[in-house]
Amino acid sequence: MKKIHFSEWGIDSPRYWGMLAVLGSIVAIAGGAVYYMEHNGHWVTGMTNQVVWGIPHVFAIFLIVAASGALNIASIGTAFGKKAYKPLGRLSALLAITLLAGGLAVLVLDLGQPGRLLVAMTHYNFKSIFAWNIYLYTGFFAIVAVYIWFMMDRRMKAWYKPIGIFAFVWRLLLTTGTGSIFGFLVARQGYDAAILAPMFVIMSFAYGLAVYLLVLMFAFKADGRELGATLLKRLKNLLGVFVAAVLYFTLVYHLANLYGTENHAYEAFILKDGGIYTLLFWGGWVLVGGLIPLGIIYHPGLGNTRGGIVAAATLVILGGFATVYVIVIGGQAFPMAMFPGKTIIASGFFDGVNGQPMLYAPSLPEFLLGLGGVALVLLLTFIGIRMLRFLPATLSDEVADPHHAKP
Amino acid sequence: MSRTEQQGRRVFLKKTATAAAVAIAPGVMLHALPAAAAPRVEAVSGKIRWGMLIDASKCADGCSDCVTACDKENGLDLVDMPAGAEEALWERQRPRWIRQVKLKDNLSGKITNLPMMCQHCEKPPCVDVCPTGASFRRADGIVMVDRHICIGCRYCMMACPYKARSFIHAEVAEKLTHTPRGKGCVESCNLCVHRLDNGESTTACQDACKHQAIVFGDLNDPESAVSRALKKYPSVQIRADLKLNTGIRYSNV
Amino acid sequence: MIRNRSIMLFLAGAMLGLAIGPGNAFAGEAVEGTAKADKLEQCVEPTPVMRRNHFEFIKHQRDLTVHQGIRGSKHSLAGCIDCHARKDASGKAVPVNAQGQFCAGCHEYVAASLDCFSCHSAVPGEK
Ligand code: SF4
Ligand code: SF4
Repeated sequence: MKKIHFSEWGIDSPRYWGMLAVLGSIVAIAGGAVYYMEHNGHWVTGMTNQVVWGIPHVFAIFLIVAASGALNIASIGTAFGKKAYKPLGRLSALLAITLLAGGLAVLVLDLGQPGRLLVAMTHYNFKSIFAWNIYLYTGFFAIVAVYIWFMMDRRMKAWYKPIGIFAFVWRLLLTTGTGSIFGFLVARQGYDAAILAPMFVIMSFAYGLAVYLLVLMFAFKADGRELGATLLKRLKNLLGVFVAAVLYFTLVYHLANLYGTENHAYEAFILKDGGIYTLLFWGGWVLVGGLIPLGIIYHPGLGNTRGGIVAAATLVILGGFATVYVIVIGGQAFPMAMFPGKTIIASGFFDGVNGQPMLYAPSLPEFLLGLGGVALVLLLTFIGIRMLRFLPATLSDEVADPHHAKP
Repeated sequence: MSRTEQQGRRVFLKKTATAAAVAIAPGVMLHALPAAAAPRVEAVSGKIRWGMLIDASKCADGCSDCVTACDKENGLDLVDMPAGAEEALWERQRPRWIRQVKLKDNLSGKITNLPMMCQHCEKPPCVDVCPTGASFRRADGIVMVDRHICIGCRYCMMACPYKARSFIHAEVAEKLTHTPRGKGCVESCNLCVHRLDNGESTTACQDACKHQAIVFGDLNDPESAVSRALKKYPSVQIRADLKLNTGIRYSNV
Repeated sequence: MIRNRSIMLFLAGAMLGLAIGPGNAFAGEAVEGTAKADKLEQCVEPTPVMRRNHFEFIKHQRDLTVHQGIRGSKHSLAGCIDCHARKDASGKAVPVNAQGQFCAGCHEYVAASLDCFSCHSAVPGEK
C-alpha cells in the first residue's frame, strides 16, 4: 500500500478569501439577527408559549446529529480497521467538530438568557439529560481534537486506535443523548417512544455522511484532487444503506405508535391530517429524504455519476431538515392530551380547542440564525482544511484502495 | 379601569373573599390566619405540603374571576404588548399562570369548566429536565423557577404535561416587588408564594372565586380544609397516568 | 487589600459626586432628602461594610428567599429599594436605577453592571 500524503487545501487565494467573505457575511447577518432577537425578546420570533422550540432548534439539532454522524467515516477506518476509509478520517473528524460547533452556537444563541452561559456551566442538575449533554458535547470536542492530533502525529500511532474506538463510543452516547432530549418528554405523545433515541443514531449516520460526501467532493474538485470512482461508489452505497435504515426505523416508529391506541390521534395528525406536518412527513421525510435519494443511489446509471451522488446527498440533507422539523415542531403543534374522552371547547391559553394544532409561523431572524449556523460550519471547515493537512493529496483508487480490481 | 382603582378593588375582593371563604361547606372550615402575619424567618420545611382541591361542578361557565385575580396579584396585567407586535401572535406569547378551560364530554356532551395552572407535581418533570436546577420544588411542595439561574432554554416547558409555564417574550417595564419578572426567563404559578411567606394562608385565585370552587391548604395536615374536602369528595389528578402526584386535585371533572 | 481600598475610595468619591453633582436628570426630578435612608444614621450594616459587601449580602439572601422562603431578614433588595428610593416633588418614588439615583449613580460611575432591575421593581413595593 502506498503511503498517503496529506496537504493543505490548495485553491487560489482570491477564491478562498472570497468564499470566506461570503460565509463570513452570512455569519455576520445571523449575528445581527441574534442581536435583534435578544435585544427585543422572543416576541419578534414565531415562537410562543405553545411552540416553545422553533426553527433555531431544528437547525441546531440537525447539525448536532449530523456532527456525530460525520465522525462515522473516521470510526470505520479506525475502530473497524477498514483501510480504505483511513485517509478519509481527518476530514471526518474535522467536520464532526465544526458541525457540533455550528449546532451548539445556534442552540446557545437562542436561549432566553445567552449571557448566562456561565451559569449553565456552573449549575448542574444531574437528573437533566440536557445537563449531561453539556458534558457529552464538551467531551466530544476534546476527544475528537485529540483524535485528530493522533491521526496527524506519527509518534502517537500506538494510541490512534484506542482513541478512535473511544471517540466512536462517545459519539454513540452523544447521539443517544440528543435523541433522549425528546425521549424524556413523556408528556408529549410524539416523543414518548423508546425508539426515538436509536432512530436519532441512524439519522445521524445518514445526515453526517451526506454532509461529508458533499464537502469531500467539493473540496477535492475545487483544487483538482483526484477522487476515485470506486471509493465514491463505496461511500454512496453506504449512504444508501443508512437512508434505507432511517426509513425502516421510521416505519417501526409509526407502526409501534399505531399499535397503541393512545397514539392514534397523534399518528393521524402526522400521517394524514396535520397539514404542513403531514406534507413535510410524506414529502420531506419519506420522499425527498428517503425514497428519491435511494432511487438515485441504486439507479444503475444515475447512481454512478457524480451529479447523481451530489443530488442524492443534497436531498438527504433537505429531507433531514424536514424530518427534524416534523419531530421538533410537529411534536409540539399536536395538542397535549390532558383530558382523555373530552374535547376542549374553549381555553384561555390555546389548549388545542377542538383538537386544533398549535400555530407556528417561523420568522426571518430565526431562519437567519439557523443559516448562520450552517455558514459557520462551512467557514470553520474551510479554514481548517486550508490551514492544516486534513485532505489526502489524492484519493485515486490505487491509493485509497489497493485491493480494488482494475476495471 | 386605572391601575390604582384596580388595586383598590383587589384589596376589597381580598377582604370579602376571605370572609366568604371561611365556610366552604358545612363542617369544612378554613384555618384562621396566624395571629400576627409576619414574614417568614425560618426555612420552609417538608412538614407542610401546599395543595388545592378544585370542584369543577362549582366552577361557573363564563366566569374568569380567578384568572383576573391572578393577573393582578402577580403583575401579569402589567405586562404590556410591545410596540409593533402583532396582536394575535402576542396573545400566544404573553404569560399566563392560570387559565379557564371548558370541556365537553365526547360521550354525554356534558360541559365542565375548570381552571388549569401548574399542578405542583411531587415529581415534577420540569424540575427533572431543567439543566441548571433553576426549576425546583420547594420543601413545602411549591414548584418554582429561580430566575437568577434560569437560562431560558424552555426545556421545562417542553416537559410540563399541563402546559403550565410561560416564557417572558419581551421586556417588562413595570413589575411588582413580590413578583420579579424579566425578559428571557420562564415562570409559572407559585401558589402566591409571597403571601404564604408573609404569613397569609390563601391564594389570590381562591379568594377571588365567589363560587368557592377552590379550596387551598396544607395537604399534610389532616385537619386542613383541603384535606378534609379531599377525604370527603372523590377527586382526580389530571393525567394521573404519569404518576406525578400533583398537589392540585379536581373533583367532578 | 490596597486595591480594595482604592475601590472604596472610588466608590466614596462617586457617592460624593452624586450628592453634589448635576446627575439627577430624571423626569420628575428626585428631591434630596426624601429617601428614608436620608433620615437614618446608618444602613443595616456600617457604611463601609455595605459599600464593599452589599452585593454579597443580597446575593446570599436571594437564595434564602427563593429557595427557603425567608423574607424577614435584614438584608434584602426590597429593603434597599424601600429605604433608598427618593421621591419627586409630587411624592412619587423615583426608581433607584434611574440615572444618578442611589444604585445607578455608583454603578454607572464604576461601570459595574446593574442587572437586578431587569426583573426586580426599582421602586418601593406596594403594601
Ligand atoms: S405542572 Fe408543570 S410546571 Fe407545574 S410542577 Fe408539574 S411539570 Fe412543573
Ligand atoms: S427555561 Fe429556565 S427553568 Fe426552564 S428548564 Fe431552562 S433553565 Fe430551567
